[in-house]
This record gives sequence, C-alpha cells and structure tokens, in this order.
Amino acid sequence: MSEQTVAIEEKKKVVKEREPLFSKKNKKLITDPLDENNPITIQVLGICSALAVTVQMKAAVVMSVAVLFVLILANVSVSLIRNLIPNRIRIIVQLVVVAALVIIVDQVLKAYLFDVSKELSVFVGLIITNCIIMGRLEAFALGNKPWPSALDAIGNSLGYGMVLVIVSFFKELFGSGKLFGFEIFGNATEQTGLYAMGYMDNGLMLLPPSSLIIVAVYIWIQKLRNPSLIETH
Amino acid sequence: MDLVNIFIRSAFVDNMIFAFFFGMCSYLAVSKTVKTAFGLGMAVIFVLVVTIPINYLIENYVLKEGALSWLGSEFSDVNLSYLTFIMFIAVIASTVQLVEMIVEKISPALYGALGIFLPLIAVNCAILGGALFMQEKQFATIGQATVYGLGSGVGWFIAVVLIAAIRERIRYANIPGPLRGVGMAFLITGLMGLAFLGFMGFEI
Repeated sequence: MSEQTVAIEEKKKVVKEREPLFSKKNKKLITDPLDENNPITIQVLGICSALAVTVQMKAAVVMSVAVLFVLILANVSVSLIRNLIPNRIRIIVQLVVVAALVIIVDQVLKAYLFDVSKELSVFVGLIITNCIIMGRLEAFALGNKPWPSALDAIGNSLGYGMVLVIVSFFKELFGSGKLFGFEIFGNATEQTGLYAMGYMDNGLMLLPPSSLIIVAVYIWIQKLRNPSLIETH
Repeated sequence: MDLVNIFIRSAFVDNMIFAFFFGMCSYLAVSKTVKTAFGLGMAVIFVLVVTIPINYLIENYVLKEGALSWLGSEFSDVNLSYLTFIMFIAVIASTVQLVEMIVEKISPALYGALGIFLPLIAVNCAILGGALFMQEKQFATIGQATVYGLGSGVGWFIAVVLIAAIRERIRYANIPGPLRGVGMAFLITGLMGLAFLGFMGFEI
C-alpha cells in the first residue's frame, strides 16, 4: 500500500470517528417525523390502527408504546442483518422479525394489562402489518447502520404516538366527557358538573368516521402552518 | 340464509374500511384512479377467499386449545394459540407468493391485471385483519369462514372503487390548498363512513 492511500485511509478514519452520537443529521431523524415528515399525516402510513384505537386515551398510549417497542427492535435487528438478507425474500424475513416481536408485546399485554389488551383486540396483531413498521424497515433500516435506524424508529413512533394522542384526546373528551377514564365534565348518569346544565356527550365522536374527520382537520392545520407541504395533484 | 346473512354483514355492516379502517394505507395509495383501484380490489377479494379457509383449517386443527387431539390423546391439552400471528402471517405471505406464481402460469392476462398488486397485499392489514376476526368470531364451518372472507373482500372492493370514482370526479374541483390530496381523501372517507353507518343493525 502506498503512503498516499494510507494517508487517505487514516483521514477517512478520523472523519468517521468525528461524527458525534447526536450530530445534526441524527437529531433531524428524530425531529423530522414529528412535524414535516409525520408518518401518519404526510407519509400516510399506519393509518388503520391510528384511527381504530383512539376511542380512549389509555388504549392510544398503550398502542403507541407497543409500536415504539416493536419499531425500535425491528429497525435495529433488520439493520444488523441487512447485508445477509437476500433481496428476493426480504419481505418475509421482515415479517417474521416483526411477528416475533409482536407476539412478545401481545403476551406482555395479556399478562399485565388484560383490559387494554381486550379492548385493542385484533389491533395488537395488526401491528405486524402496520405500514409504519414495514415502511420504515424498507425505506430506512435496509440501507442504514443500527444507530441511525434506532433514532429513525424513535422519531417515527413518537410522531405516530403524537397523532394518536391528539385524536384520542378529542374523541374521549367530547365523546364520553373523560380523559384517561377521569370524568372531566362531571358524571353523565348522575347529572353532575356540566351535565347538570344540559350538556350532552357527542355520540358521533365515539363512532369510526369521526377519527377520519379529526385527522383531516389536523392535516389541514398542519399544512396551513407549513405551506411547503401542500400537494399539487 | 345464514350464509347470506354473514355475507351482508361482512360486506356492508362491518365494512373493512368504514368500520375498522383495515387496509387504509393501500386504500389511500391506489384510489387515485378507478382502474388501479379495481385491480387491487379484485386482488384483495381473491387473496381473502384463498387465505381465510386455509387459516381457518390451521386455527382449528393446529392452533386452538385441544385442536391437536387428532394426533392422539396425549396432545389434547396442547394450546398453541400464542403462535397465531406468526402462523397466519406466514400462511398469508406464502399464499400470496404461490398465488402469484400460479396466476402467472395459468392466466397471463389476469396476471397482467393483478400482477403488480399481489406482492403489496401480503402487508395489507385487511388480509391479516380478516384472518384475526375470523379467529375471534369462531365460525362453525369452513363454508361460513369462506363466505366471511368473500364478503369482507367485496366490502373492501366496493369502498376502494367508490372513493376512486369520487377522487377522479373532484380532480379539477377547487379544494382549499392544505386539504388537497390526502386531507380531502380522509374527509370523503369520513362522510362515506357516516353513510355506511346506515347499514347498522341491518339483517336478513
């Protein structure tokens, strides 16, 4: 090896080592999905579960934590074996990794949070086909190192959780007058608090279509604040 | 009569899209033109009708508590239901692969129409969701399960073709900028969902 190449090699090494754990690029991986690259409103991924589990805030938070857990571990493990996976069967490999993680989540929920697990019913299993997981594995983990993949997973699942919590906040507050099960507007059957003055819960908020409309309004406000996101057909 | 009832319920009352939001990702992605929506809708019906009966057999002869008793009395208290997810997704992924290969051999015309959509379907929530609901509903016979799969697929097909037609019509409408595209699709789906609520409690 000539001196020149050695020098270049050394220079590369120095440059490589210099990238800090939380460089600007890495920080962007976490903050981007919270707003301008939000998995639900901009990338349009993982909508089924986002809309279906938002009747109560508790379920929404549990679902977000479950997705956070699965997405981080799946992203890191797929990123670790990314050079070993044959391209043709990569979807099946990814599905198996994700399915194994989801089984862990499902068993833990059944053991410690049985009521939430009953309420989420099939949606725990549907984390497997949650487009966020497959989408991030395909788009990011297959081409990047484990550490950035972990950050990407954290960012995207936080962005996902944020939308879930916002939607479920409105649905639970106006649909049943509660937040996390605590009665905010008073008790509807005993006619206390606001209900004594003739306030009534909006039953529509408990039905599926209302989550679609809340997400649509969320998209509207987000794009109003940031016109660069507006689609041109 | 029972079968007709299951079909109507799964296609309209418990519509995959409007009641459970299954397969929303591909629903929003392909609903820009009626032609692609039609193709994916057909592919979903096809795969649901094939995979639901297979998963029904696996559920009843392998996974359920006591389902392995046909192997001998010592297996009668084995409960493998925690393997449900991995078994179902394996069945779905391999069936989709197999169906793709068979269709390519037997009917190149059909393959041309469905071909690009089939790989997408392995990760469509509607397929796994249908299988998991089939498990929850505990159907008595394989016929009922198949009809349930057909009904769910038809419901998904109707929803995706309807919204594609609407989105084609409003392409040149003057929509407020921030709502253009995804936002409007969400609103339309919400309004269609309200209309579909009219089927609630509908029985024959």
